[in-house]
Amino acid sequence: MIEVKNINKSFKEHQVLFDVSSTFEEGRVNLIIGQSGQGKSVLAKCMVGLHEIDSGQIFFDGRDFAAMDRIEKTQIRQEIGMLFQGSALFDSLTVEQNVMFPLTMFTKMTKKEMQDRVDFCLDRVNLSGKNKLFPSECSGGMQKRVGIARAIAMNPKYLFCDEPNSGLDPITSILIDRLIKDITYEYNITTIVITHDMSSVMEIGDHILFIHKGYNWWEGDRDSIINTENPEIINFVYASEFMKKIRTSMQEKKHI
Amino acid sequence: MKMLGNIGKYFLMMKVVFTKPKKWVIFWRLLFNEIQLIGINSIPIVILMSSFMGGVIALQTASNMSSPLLPAYTVGYITQSSTILEFSPTIISLILAGKIGSNIASEIGTMRITEQIDALEIMGVNSLNHLVLPKIIAAILFFPILVIFSMFMSLMGGYISLVLSDLTSTETYILGIRAFFEVGNIYYALTKTVVFGFIIVSVSSFYGYYAKGGALQVGESSTKAVVASMVSILIANFILTQMILL
Ligand SMILES: Nc1ncnc2c1ncn2[C@@H]1O[C@H](COP(=O)(O)OP(=O)(O)OP(=O)(O)O)[C@@H](O)[C@H]1O
Ligand SMILES: [Mg+2]
Repeated sequence: MIEVKNINKSFKEHQVLFDVSSTFEEGRVNLIIGQSGQGKSVLAKCMVGLHEIDSGQIFFDGRDFAAMDRIEKTQIRQEIGMLFQGSALFDSLTVEQNVMFPLTMFTKMTKKEMQDRVDFCLDRVNLSGKNKLFPSECSGGMQKRVGIARAIAMNPKYLFCDEPNSGLDPITSILIDRLIKDITYEYNITTIVITHDMSSVMEIGDHILFIHKGYNWWEGDRDSIINTENPEIINFVYASEFMKKIRTSMQEKKHI
Repeated sequence: MKMLGNIGKYFLMMKVVFTKPKKWVIFWRLLFNEIQLIGINSIPIVILMSSFMGGVIALQTASNMSSPLLPAYTVGYITQSSTILEFSPTIISLILAGKIGSNIASEIGTMRITEQIDALEIMGVNSLNHLVLPKIIAAILFFPILVIFSMFMSLMGGYISLVLSDLTSTETYILGIRAFFEVGNIYYALTKTVVFGFIIVSVSSFYGYYAKGGALQVGESSTKAVVASMVSILIANFILTQMILL
């Protein structure tokens, strides 16, 4: 479980996050949604300590992260897997070496055990056989999937995914959503997924945090997001004309 | 003010760089890789620059020596002493600052803006130690070798140009090279080179590591890295010369 309390974050004069608080429970897929540029990625990066927060607290299962020194933070970070919005693969290493990197760095596994683990992770993201490619030889969607494989290689307790399925076709996208959901339930991970994609929201969102203008604007589950009267949520969920029509017709049905 | 801030930031960074590597296996692998990139790949440019510069130094000295009072071996002597004292350690370092400095700054800068450094940090890797330490060690080990190479090539260049243009005989040139030769000067040159190698790698890593923005800014920080390395080398050269020679 990760608890976030009253986080404020600004870059120079420009304040991005205002007093954000929320709780992300384990064994559930927690979503952070919201429009572009509202502070979702910044919130995730504050939570893992890539950005210093101005004020507030972050607890990883009760451990106060922001108050820790570098070495203690390193301990917690080995329990974190993170997929970055731009994948952030090491471009001097092959796909296989990318996934193997955290294993070589932090475990005492033998070559064989590492190889098995890498093959297992690549298989889960449908990339078996692509071991020897370099990131520059992979499509954007493939890079995303390698990023996920690398993030889950160490069996993380906390998994952060920044837009895991942007740039993927609907079929691969659902595959990735299911993968995230499965491993979350299977290994009881505290998973946090940032997304814009409404079908992901409906598919995997156990708990949803809507960030707007840097505030925790709305929180709830996937049933309540459909029925809320919050105008910003309505705008976001029913962004297209098509979806708006569906909403009106649903409401008309209710009245009849 | 900004410069003072940067200098402070630089020393704080160095403190994080010089920590024990997490896994020696990975460190050795990176180190060999860097020796290849920083050391071996610089050999051609060192050979090219040194042999031509040596040739030019020798020719110019020879053509300016009209006084019959100077012994014939003076040409060899001047080529030797300017090569060992200044040309090989300082000028070659300045040239390498251009080649290696821009390379390092843009490599690390690209890793910064594509979030690869964040990815390292999030895994719990000390990214500064991981990325910068192997480069620094590689430079400290290999710069002296490059400079010895350069000295040799420069003297060869001088020799070839003089013999080709019939200005000296082999014996006179060799006599000149050996005249007033001091081993101390070689140590002095190598000490300088180690310092310059350290400066180039650490300063360029600094500019790469703290790059912000996009590809354009990475380009800018790599230019800044080269300029700052060169200025630091010149200043360090002045200080070292005062300290060691006087
Ligand atoms: N390193 C940074 N320095 C300065 N400002 C930043 C930095 N990172 C983000 N910002 C600013 O913070 C705000 C929120 O950015 P953030 O990346 O969190 O958006 P987002 O919600 O993830 O959007 P998207 O869905 O497009 O990824 C933006 O206005 C951005 O300009
Ligand atoms: Mg984002």
